[in-house]
Amino acid sequence: MFCDDCKQNPATVHLTQMLNGKKIDMHLCPECAAKKGLMLFTNDKQFSIPNFLGSFLGSEFNLKDMQTMANPKTCNNCGMSFADIRQTGKLGCSECYEAFDSELEPTLRRIHGNSKHLGKIPLRGGERVFLKKEMDELKLELQKAIREESYEQAAEIRDKIKELEKVINEEGSR
Amino acid sequence: MSNEDIFNGNWVAWMKSQAGLETDIVISSRIRLARNLQGMPFPFLMNAETGNKSMQAITEAWQNSENDALSSMDMITFDQVPALDRHILVEKHLISPEHGLSEDPYRGLLLSKDGSIAIMINEEDHLRIQVLLPGLQMEQCYELAQTMDDELEKRLNFAFDEQRGYLTSCPTNVGTGMRASVMLHLPAIAISGQRNRIFQNINQLGMTVRGLYGEGTDIIGNYVQLSNQITLGQTENEIITNLGIISRQIVEQETILRRSLQEEMRYQLEDRVGRAYGILTNARVMNSNEALTLLSDVRLGVDLGIIEGISPQLINQLVVAIKPAHLQKRAGGEMEAFMRDVKRAEVIKEILLKSSR
Repeated sequence: MFCDDCKQNPATVHLTQMLNGKKIDMHLCPECAAKKGLMLFTNDKQFSIPNFLGSFLGSEFNLKDMQTMANPKTCNNCGMSFADIRQTGKLGCSECYEAFDSELEPTLRRIHGNSKHLGKIPLRGGERVFLKKEMDELKLELQKAIREESYEQAAEIRDKIKELEKVINEEGSR
Repeated sequence: MSNEDIFNGNWVAWMKSQAGLETDIVISSRIRLARNLQGMPFPFLMNAETGNKSMQAITEAWQNSENDALSSMDMITFDQVPALDRHILVEKHLISPEHGLSEDPYRGLLLSKDGSIAIMINEEDHLRIQVLLPGLQMEQCYELAQTMDDELEKRLNFAFDEQRGYLTSCPTNVGTGMRASVMLHLPAIAISGQRNRIFQNINQLGMTVRGLYGEGTDIIGNYVQLSNQITLGQTENEIITNLGIISRQIVEQETILRRSLQEEMRYQLEDRVGRAYGILTNARVMNSNEALTLLSDVRLGVDLGIIEGISPQLINQLVVAIKPAHLQKRAGGEMEAFMRDVKRAEVIKEILLKSSR
C-alpha cells in the first residue's frame, strides 16, 4: 500500500479517526505523517500521551487550527495560550474552555466524535447555567434597546441585570 | 475496618467474592467522576497558594457535609503519609501512580473505611470521585459516586458548561467526566488465543482495554481492564449500559471457553493448574510477573473447583500482597529487587499453605 498523500512511499502509518460519527482511514508514509504532525515514533522521542494529545489538539489537518497557531490569545484567568494547551495536552482552568471554544471544537470532535454534552447537569450548577443564560439574554436585550434609543426600556433592563448579578454572586459565595 | 487496615493489611472492599456478581471473572467495577472548581487553575498549574485554597474548599465541603457516607471518610494529605504508604494505596488501586508520587500538603485522598470510596484531591483534576466494588456492579458504583458528587456540589462550585458538560483538565475527560471500568480475569480466553479476536474491535465501540494498573500498563496475569473512552455526547447511563453489555458478553465467552477447556482438555488443564500451585508453594525466589502468571492459573483452578480450600478472595489479596510496597511493608523496611523476590516467594508460600491446611 502506498501513502495517501505522496503516493510514492510505502504507507506505514495507519490512522483511524472518528469524525461526526463517520470513520476515516488514512494510510501515510512516515515523512508525510511527520508533516502532518502525526509522527509519534521518531527516533529520539518516545510515544507519550501529551504528544499524542498534542497531535489531537491541532494538526495541519484543519485550516482553522493553522489560523490559531498564529493566534497569541491567552486565557484571561490562567494565562495559558492555545500553543501551551497543545504542548501539554491539558487546559489550564475551566475558563480556558470558553476562551478557546472554537479552537477546541474540532479537537473534541476528533476525540469523542461529538462536541455536545448530553449527560448529567449539576443540581446547583445547573441553576447557575440557567441564570447565566438569562443574563446573556438580558444583555442582548439591553444592547438592542440602546440601539433603538429606547432609553427608558434600557434602564429597566439594566436594573434587571443588576438584580440578577446580585443573585448570581450570592449563588457563587454560598 | 479502618484506614490502618488498608495501610497495614492486604484487604480492601473490591476483593470480596460474592455470589451473583460474576466475581469469578469480573474482579471489580469502578466509576470515576472528574470534577473541578470553577475558575481555579487545574492542579498541574497549581502553586502552594492556589493548591491550599482548593484543598481548603474541598476540606470544608467534606467536614460540613450532612451525609454520613461522605463526612465519615478520612482525609489523608500526602505530606503526612510516607512514600511507602502512598505506594500501598497505588497497589490497592485507590490512587493513581502519578498521584502517589506527590508529597504536597494540598494533594491527598478522602478514603472510606473499607476503601470502596476513594476521592483523589488535586490529582489531574481537583476532584476525582472513585467508587470501587467487587464483581459486576456498575449501577451500584455509579449511584454511590453520584451521591458523593451531589453532596460535594452542595458546597463547591463545579466547573460546568451547558455545551461541554463538566470541564476537565484533559479534553479526553470533558462532558460526563466519567470513566467506568471493569477489571476482568480472562485466563481461558488467553489460553485459547482468542484475546486479540475478542478485543480487536473494542475501540469502535468507544471503549478501550488496558492492563492491571491502567493507562500504559501491560496485560499481566490475564487481568484486563475495560473502560469507556468517550465522555462527551453520551449520557452516563448509556456509558454504563454499554460497558455492562460488553462485559456480560465477554463473561459469556470466558465461561464457554472455561467449560470447553474442562471438557476437552481436562488433563492438560489440571496439569497446568497443579504445576502452577506446585511452583508457587515451593519456589524460593520469584519475580512479580512470574508470580502473577502462576497465580492466574491457580485462580482458574480455584474457580473451576480443581483446587479446593483456597478462596477466590484470597487470590485477590495475594495479587496485591506480592507487590513491592506491600512486601516491604510486611518486611518492615526497604528491600532491593532480589530480596523482594525472595520475600515474595516466602509470602506466597505462607499464605497459600496456611489457607489450604
